[in-house]
Amino acid sequence: MNKLRLSLSVLIFLMGTALWAEIIEVCAACDVKSIKDGIVLASDHDTLLIKRGTYKEFNIVIDKPLTLLGEEFPVIDGEDKGEIITIISDNVTVDGLFIINVGTSYTKDFAAIRVVKSKNFLIQNVVLEKLFFGIYLEKSQDGRVFHNNIIGDAVEEFNSGNGIQLWYCRNIEIEQNIVQHVRDGIYLEFSDDVIIKNNTSSNNVRYGLHFMFSNNDIYEGNTFENNGAGVAVMFSKKIKMLNNSFKKNWGTASFGLLLKEINDAEISGNSFEENTIGMNIEGSNRITYANNEFIRNGWAIKVRGACYTNSFVNNNFLYNSFDISYNSKLNDNVFEKNYWSDYTGYDLDKDGIGDVPYRPVKLFSYIVNRTPETIVLLRSLFMDIIDFSEKVSPVFTPDNLLDAMPLMKKSE
Amino acid sequence: MLKILKYSFYDLMRSRWSYVYFLFYLALGFVLLFLNNDLSKAVITLMNVIIVLVPLISTIFGVMYFYNSKEFTELLLAQPLKRTSIFLGQYFGVAGSLTMSLVLGLGLPFVLYGLFKSDAIWDFSLLLITGAFLTLIFTALAFNIAISNENKIKGFGYAVLLWLFLAVIYDGLFLLSLILLEEYPLDSFSLVATMLNPIDLSRTLILLKLDISALLGYTGAVFKSFFGTNLGLMISISMLLLWTILPIWRLAYKSKRKDF
Repeated sequence: MNKLRLSLSVLIFLMGTALWAEIIEVCAACDVKSIKDGIVLASDHDTLLIKRGTYKEFNIVIDKPLTLLGEEFPVIDGEDKGEIITIISDNVTVDGLFIINVGTSYTKDFAAIRVVKSKNFLIQNVVLEKLFFGIYLEKSQDGRVFHNNIIGDAVEEFNSGNGIQLWYCRNIEIEQNIVQHVRDGIYLEFSDDVIIKNNTSSNNVRYGLHFMFSNNDIYEGNTFENNGAGVAVMFSKKIKMLNNSFKKNWGTASFGLLLKEINDAEISGNSFEENTIGMNIEGSNRITYANNEFIRNGWAIKVRGACYTNSFVNNNFLYNSFDISYNSKLNDNVFEKNYWSDYTGYDLDKDGIGDVPYRPVKLFSYIVNRTPETIVLLRSLFMDIIDFSEKVSPVFTPDNLLDAMPLMKKSE
Repeated sequence: MLKILKYSFYDLMRSRWSYVYFLFYLALGFVLLFLNNDLSKAVITLMNVIIVLVPLISTIFGVMYFYNSKEFTELLLAQPLKRTSIFLGQYFGVAGSLTMSLVLGLGLPFVLYGLFKSDAIWDFSLLLITGAFLTLIFTALAFNIAISNENKIKGFGYAVLLWLFLAVIYDGLFLLSLILLEEYPLDSFSLVATMLNPIDLSRTLILLKLDISALLGYTGAVFKSFFGTNLGLMISISMLLLWTILPIWRLAYKSKRKDF
């Protein structure tokens, strides 16, 4: 419904501009030579058509409802002097610009495009390079960030910014963006009702996606690859994570997805492939994990404690070094009808469900939790023997932690 | 020495045992590939086999061969031959035929299933190299045990014990000491402890090629930065070489002084 309303309002807004808005051309040979002059000249709902060329400008403040339309990607070069575009009016569209050289500061968060306390904005087809912060949305709502390409050159955390940052925002759509080489690909803080869809966030210094205190958000169909530490979702409620792909987050403290203090979420259809830790869960309750795939991770799921009433149903655990690791003897989570590639049981009544329960926590993973150095004994005969004896009669691992109905074949 | 080597080698070829060994690996390779049709997965299963079975078979076979050919050895000793060349010839005959069975038996099915087109070729060659080293090492150790023990039962006992110690008990003690000493930094300790056992060393070498994502956590980083580099690989290969040369040297030394 929200989406429909948004697209309708965009449509009406576009029709409006076509009917009585003026087009102001900006180029080196035109009457209006700079974007700033164009904004001063323009009246509400006009379009600034920015032609090909390089514009060395910064601190461009858009204070009236305008459309900034780039023709063949005009370059706006901030020359590292500060913020480039600041939107402080409702109904602003920025389309087709190439923005480079945002100033770096240790006291101010300079952004390529900042939206402050505005509604109904649209930022699309923008390419950002050599940036500090990319697109910074601040106390804004009902906007859309669509099909942008953000390529940073971040090396270290302390002097780099985030690709797309939301702070106290509501009802925003972030779709089909590509974010690379920044600190956090997409960062949300105190932002509710946000939809993050089909984005690619890779090679970032810290997190691919970072959630803090944001509720009722959906992220769907995104790809997070090769980020410093993966994706972190913290202190949030009612989040839906659907069909995302978490790949190749390798490193000492790296994981595909980190959940910390997350309640009532739904995590389904995601794939976790070749991460050091597929999913790291801490203090998260009432979450449904369904139809996820865990392929060749070091640890598929690491449960750190204080996780209650979660249910893991219909997931595929394929060739992980450890399927589940637990650090306590208490278990209140349900594992049911998952497929485990390590399962060795049989199915006599041929109903597709194994007759012997599967115990996903190995004694070895318990030992590794206690003394991390013991990981060097991975796959040694001795470990297989004690894992086997623990499987037969559990002493150290929670004895009610089992999948009573393991699937015999991969669930589709 | 070469003549004796050749003799031992052909003797084994004739005695069917190396065929059995060869066929075993051949069957294993085909079954593995038939069952999961995925080269890199099969390599992991093979690793378990190589780490456990190769040392066991080499040990048992080495001891058995030494005791069985005792009369022939005594006959040779009566000839004007150098003692070292008699024993080393026999050793290389046995170790050589075992290695050949292993490499051919496992290599054939994998080559037929398209190893050369796959990127698992490096993992696989590492697997075969460590397998060959383990054969050489454990046959040499077995010969050492056999030459020091006249009593067959005792000799077999020691040989099995040696295998049990290096394959299982050593890891148990290793684990125990890691847990007992968990307050101390254990990186270099575990590195050294791994280097001292040829089975652990081979396992770690192969593992670093396979389960890197898991090993990269915690201590894994230290291991990766050691074994992952060329220097680390060189050191571990030379460690394996040392493990081979030392028992062979002792075998030569012992054979010169033994009173038959």
